[in-house]
Amino acid sequence: MDFEDTAEEAAYRAKVREWLAANAAEYKTPYEGDVDLVVRGKAWQAKKYDAGYVGITWPKALGGQGGTPMQQIIFNQEESKYWVPAGIYAIGLGMCIPTVFTHGRPEIIQRYVPVAMKGEEIWCQLFSEPAAGSDLAGIRTKAERDGDGWVINGQKVWTSGAHRADYGIIVTRTDPTQPKHKGLTMFIINMRAPGVEVRPIKQMAGASEFNEVFFTDVRIADDHRLGDVGDGWRVSLTTLMNERLAVGGKPTNSPDAHSLIELARAIDAEEGNMLEQSHVRQKIADVYIQDRGISLTRMRTMSAISSGRTPGPESSISKVVVAKLMQDMGSFAGDMAESAGLLMGDDASSLPHLEALRQGYFWSAGLRIAGGTDEILRNIIAERVLGLPGDIRPDKTVPFNELHKVVS
Amino acid sequence: MNFQFSEEAEALRDEARKFLAAESGREKARAVMNGDATHDAALWSRIAELGWTGLRIPEAHGGLGLSVLELCVLAEEVGRALSPVPFTSSVLMATELLMASGHDSAQAAWLPKLADGSAIGTVAWMEGNATRPDGSPKLACSGDRLTGAKLPVADGLAADFAIVTARDEAGALVIALVDLSATGVSRSACETVDLVRKSAKIVFSDAACTVLARADEAERLRARHLQGTAVLLAFEGLGSADAAMEMAVDYAKERVAFGRRIGGYQAVKHRCADMYIKNQLARSHAYYGAWALLTGAPELALAAAGARVAAIDALQFAAEENVQLHGGIGFTWESDCQFFYRRGRLLALNLGSRTFWSDQLVRALEQRNTDLAA
Ligand SMILES: Cc1cc2nc3c(=O)[nH]c(=O)nc-3n(C[C@H](O)[C@H](O)[C@H](O)COP(=O)(O)OP(=O)(O)OC[C@H]3O[C@@H](n4cnc5c(N)ncnc54)[C@H](O)[C@@H]3O)c2cc1C
Repeated sequence: MDFEDTAEEAAYRAKVREWLAANAAEYKTPYEGDVDLVVRGKAWQAKKYDAGYVGITWPKALGGQGGTPMQQIIFNQEESKYWVPAGIYAIGLGMCIPTVFTHGRPEIIQRYVPVAMKGEEIWCQLFSEPAAGSDLAGIRTKAERDGDGWVINGQKVWTSGAHRADYGIIVTRTDPTQPKHKGLTMFIINMRAPGVEVRPIKQMAGASEFNEVFFTDVRIADDHRLGDVGDGWRVSLTTLMNERLAVGGKPTNSPDAHSLIELARAIDAEEGNMLEQSHVRQKIADVYIQDRGISLTRMRTMSAISSGRTPGPESSISKVVVAKLMQDMGSFAGDMAESAGLLMGDDASSLPHLEALRQGYFWSAGLRIAGGTDEILRNIIAERVLGLPGDIRPDKTVPFNELHKVVS
Repeated sequence: MNFQFSEEAEALRDEARKFLAAESGREKARAVMNGDATHDAALWSRIAELGWTGLRIPEAHGGLGLSVLELCVLAEEVGRALSPVPFTSSVLMATELLMASGHDSAQAAWLPKLADGSAIGTVAWMEGNATRPDGSPKLACSGDRLTGAKLPVADGLAADFAIVTARDEAGALVIALVDLSATGVSRSACETVDLVRKSAKIVFSDAACTVLARADEAERLRARHLQGTAVLLAFEGLGSADAAMEMAVDYAKERVAFGRRIGGYQAVKHRCADMYIKNQLARSHAYYGAWALLTGAPELALAAAGARVAAIDALQFAAEENVQLHGGIGFTWESDCQFFYRRGRLLALNLGSRTFWSDQLVRALEQRNTDLAA
């Protein structure tokens, strides 16, 4: 048992480190002010692509490197030591493009995959709708046959990055007379096509990273279909599986137990500093158990991958733990800081880490929902890992257009 | 990166699990709980035949000389089976402490007997009244004579010797080994929350002992022993926590209420998912502890405290929710739920409480911050 890289892993890591040191030097510190994420993001992605650090595990035929999952993990670990603007590609390369190359036609793969890898086109995932979030198969956006193509009408919501996306993958309903999982079909959609309208939504935490997207008579050629007509649910599972891998890691450089220690030490309590109080120490221990527990669990997964075994289901606990933990840490930090916990923006307190913990408090509220809510993830652990019976699904076999009859 | 057990250790795990499933079902724990015997002697001799009692003891003293990783594996399996044998006291604690003491003559006298299972050891540091594992004991050691009492002492009725903490005339810590058949030693049964692991009150009246370590050396030995034991007990607790979870999940798949298996209800399901989450976190911390113990890494203080706290949390949660998910039957004497419920309390207190260990954990984190800054 050891935490060291194998010889090959160490060699790869050394190579990656050297490359990052030479090429990512300008990203050593957090970006400040009003930087253009897209311009900076594109430049970074192009550099990575040229150096062979995009699609590390993807087949060579697709322009990938045909490398090992461990190499991808090593690259991610090393890259995350910088503040590179890579986030705008997370959904596209993490979820959409794998779906495209798993289910798309060869010409379509050739058209879209290499360009996306170079970062020239940005993608978004158009799944959720106002009446279909957790219950994703309940979507209503319609795709109807029209000659040799399709016409899309409807609405999506909570679409991250739609405002800067060039393309998206979209789940639509093509046959409302089938039960809800059966009548779905998946497409690639051009976000600049006539009839696509993106309206930003302001989030609770202030930013506008997600959007509503409206479709009015938007035309899609049939070759942009992913998978068979009516097979959209199965296709979307490819995306969702990749989503569960992509979402849930703790954002780079976010606070941990050490941040709470430094914060507590900086706050004067009645006797000595906050860190000497027993309840504070208990809470810091709780945070450590969960936070470090998740990173150690990830190491178990990596070990399995590294030795060519299939990882166990333990990685499924990550997002549920991390999202709630960020929330708990943020509220606890605020409590320790008393009135300083209220301040933000230009008036934010300079107590160490307090502002980052406060931001985590707000961002975690979204993280507990995005990519599957806590409740849905617990269902998945209970059903798929522990083998407990499925939820009651009175709608499962009912034709979609008669569903209103089964709501209790 | 290799954060998993070797194939040999995994093979030992399979073998141990099969053996204990066949030979040490929970009815054996129940028999000991309801009977007068201090432990299941027949099972103990089978375990000794398998070499488990001498797993870590050097071959020169009749043991197998294997690594602490194999010991972790066995601790987990014994915990999973709730085996009514003095494995924790004798193998995980007394043998490890005796080996760490480096005391040649005491080792020569006892290790061969520990290895073949003919002797049972225990470690006694508690003295009732809110004893903390790092506190100054009241048991007095004058020269090589002990006077005072220890309680509760796990497996204290079954044990042939005890390694005790005491205080000399100058107030310094002493760690000493006492042959419990010596004159001046008397013992009586002492009731504790865990009825499977029988405990004793041991009174020493000018009883002879062998001093293993004194003053600073004793402090170091005790600190090291606490860390190592924290990891080993974490594995034992993890085994029990997984068994409690499986018991709850199995029941949830069977029991029907309101026309459904109760495992289909989310309030039940989500509780089971939370057990799984806590157990996985505990497992990861236990592995980290095992690695630190094996390699003697500077992270040991942190890793051991993390393993201990995570295991206490996991077992306590699984034990409490296991009773809850069983409903009324779970609260009966006949149900096995009580074993985990009681064992959860034992684990939480038999080496210093969760409060004590979270404080140790934060101390270790603070220390690491200082080291990083230096
Ligand atoms: C920051 C952010 C980014 C997002 N980005 C995208 C994106 O890029 N693309 C995209 O398609 N979607 C995106 N989403 C949408 C996200 O996938 C959904 O919000 C999520 O799946 C929940 O759906 P909902 O909002 O409709 O809530 P609902 O499904 O209405 O849930 C409401 C509440 O009911 C609970 N609930 C629902 N069903 C069950 C059940 N069976 N058992 C128990 N409880 C249940 C939920 O857990 C929740 O607490 C994003 C969301 C957020 C917050």
